Amino acid sequence: MSKEIKLLKGNEAIAEAAIRCGCDAYFGYPITPQSEIIEYLAAEDPYNKRTGMLVLQAESEVAAINMVYGAACTGKKAMTSSSSPGMSLKQEGISYLAGAELPCLIVNVARGGPGLGTIQPSQADYFQTVKGGGHGDYNMIVLAPYTVQEQYDFVKLGFDLAFKYTNPVMILSDGAIGQMMEKVTLSEQLPRETPDHEWTAKGKPTNRERHYITSLYLQSEVMEQKNLQLQAKYSEIRANEVRYEEIQTEDADYLLVAYGISARIARKVVQLARAEGIKVGILRPITLWPFPSARLKELAQQVKGMLTIEMSAGQMIEDVRLAVEGAVPVKHYGRMGGIIATPTEVFINFKKLFIE
Amino acid sequence: MEIDVEQYKKDLLAQGAEVVFSKTKNLTDTPFSYCGGCGHGVAHRLIMEVIEEMGITDKTIGVAPVGCAVIAYEFWNIDAVQAAHGRASAVATGIKRTNPEKFVFAYQGDGDLAAIGTAETVHTCNRGENIAIFFINNGIYGMTGGQMAPTSLIGMPSSTAPYGRNPDMHGYPLSLTNLLAQLPGTYYITRQAVNTAANVRKCKKAIRQAFENQKLKKGVSLVEIVTNCNSGWKMTARQANKWLEENMLSQYPLGDIKVPKTDN
Repeated sequence: MSKEIKLLKGNEAIAEAAIRCGCDAYFGYPITPQSEIIEYLAAEDPYNKRTGMLVLQAESEVAAINMVYGAACTGKKAMTSSSSPGMSLKQEGISYLAGAELPCLIVNVARGGPGLGTIQPSQADYFQTVKGGGHGDYNMIVLAPYTVQEQYDFVKLGFDLAFKYTNPVMILSDGAIGQMMEKVTLSEQLPRETPDHEWTAKGKPTNRERHYITSLYLQSEVMEQKNLQLQAKYSEIRANEVRYEEIQTEDADYLLVAYGISARIARKVVQLARAEGIKVGILRPITLWPFPSARLKELAQQVKGMLTIEMSAGQMIEDVRLAVEGAVPVKHYGRMGGIIATPTEVFINFKKLFIE
Repeated sequence: MEIDVEQYKKDLLAQGAEVVFSKTKNLTDTPFSYCGGCGHGVAHRLIMEVIEEMGITDKTIGVAPVGCAVIAYEFWNIDAVQAAHGRASAVATGIKRTNPEKFVFAYQGDGDLAAIGTAETVHTCNRGENIAIFFINNGIYGMTGGQMAPTSLIGMPSSTAPYGRNPDMHGYPLSLTNLLAQLPGTYYITRQAVNTAANVRKCKKAIRQAFENQKLKKGVSLVEIVTNCNSGWKMTARQANKWLEENMLSQYPLGDIKVPKTDN
């Protein structure tokens, strides 16, 4: 069978992937620059015309994430999406999902902040996303797409990881990836099915004990045990699920570390640098949590310096510095306010920081 | 002295005693942690009895709130989930929309349903979700220690309005139930109490109705249950029951507020 290729916006790719991977329900609230996700789903009307997937516009991001929580309690593949200010509102629900160990997919097509900010792309939600934006000790698996194809592919991957670890998974995208159009190779339509997971609350038959789903443990000793169990799970995820891509690192003297739209800028910077005989490579984290710390530590033995390119004041740089433990200088270059740095300005600043 | 309850029961039966009442299987053996005189225990029992009597235990999912009933699932011997403060009806929406064949109910107090969860409550009702909501109104925040609730009466003292609720400062008692009755998405709305044996029987009928209505798919059924909080009100159980009759029921009169139109 020939490949099915379609020109899609990044946000549309999320929506189409959700239908095709057998997602049961999407709950969301409109916010720029990601409203195409719910609009595409509404126009496709999968509930009546395709797979039976429910698409519901909630009264708020708070309600949407709690609807996801409800659906997830019954073992359904449920998702929501938003952009930065809306994601702040979802943090309470995300903490509860993590605490109750429920699988779900959350998409953040990030825009500039703080506050109401701007509708232009940004990567300033890194701290919120990978350090646990809600209360309590928890982690989410965070996938950072840098093409529309990855935006599409990470929906199924995200659900697979969410159910494997019964943990919320976030796709941390940005307004640029969300709005750009690229060719996407589509996958086969998977059936929408609810496997009979052991932990779900779907009604108690007479032949088993009741199931209840909670994140409440009033006794300190029990709460601590729950935390230790969560931390053990996070350790397993750290050991098994680190994903990254290396570009021209074999002979690199300098390393660019960038994810999402910034990684595309970084690719061009590598070309500019190599044209001048400066050997630059890229490590592109695909999972922002767990972070590719071990590989960065290895690369610190090879390169003379690292530059993070982020559309923020420098957030991921803290994880890079922790990884390399001072072995090499780690610098940051980035723009804020929704401005995407040009390869030339990044290269000029790279040279100022490391060469001149 | 410890009494072996099981042995005591066996002895009585051996002596020819007849079982005239037993606890529903839908309640666990965990003793209620509620204060003596509180209505939560009665409300729990009625809901669990109805689920057993309808034979829908294997199809029912309950949603517990934040408040005194935060650990309701410790007592309910059914599948249940615990929701964030105020979000029970959104969680119930997520469950019911993806499992339309199940029976779903949210159990919420006045702070949960009518303060922090107002938006979720109004929009769940406005969407006409086919769920039941059981709304426990005792006019105070019980679990956190007797603070003012949206339903606190004018002049009623609480730890955050120690000189009594003053409308100039604190606003008025909120009867969200009456507002919700205006919405086309609500199908059945009633206000009940569990302060007397007669009221307990009426309340159970209303709870049964709320579950039966889910089969019709015509929208939200909400049963408000006015109860006392003798600890929060700083009264004995008996004083609280009297105060409920003399004060709460004039602000929150009992009876049906919205009943389904009959077809004939």
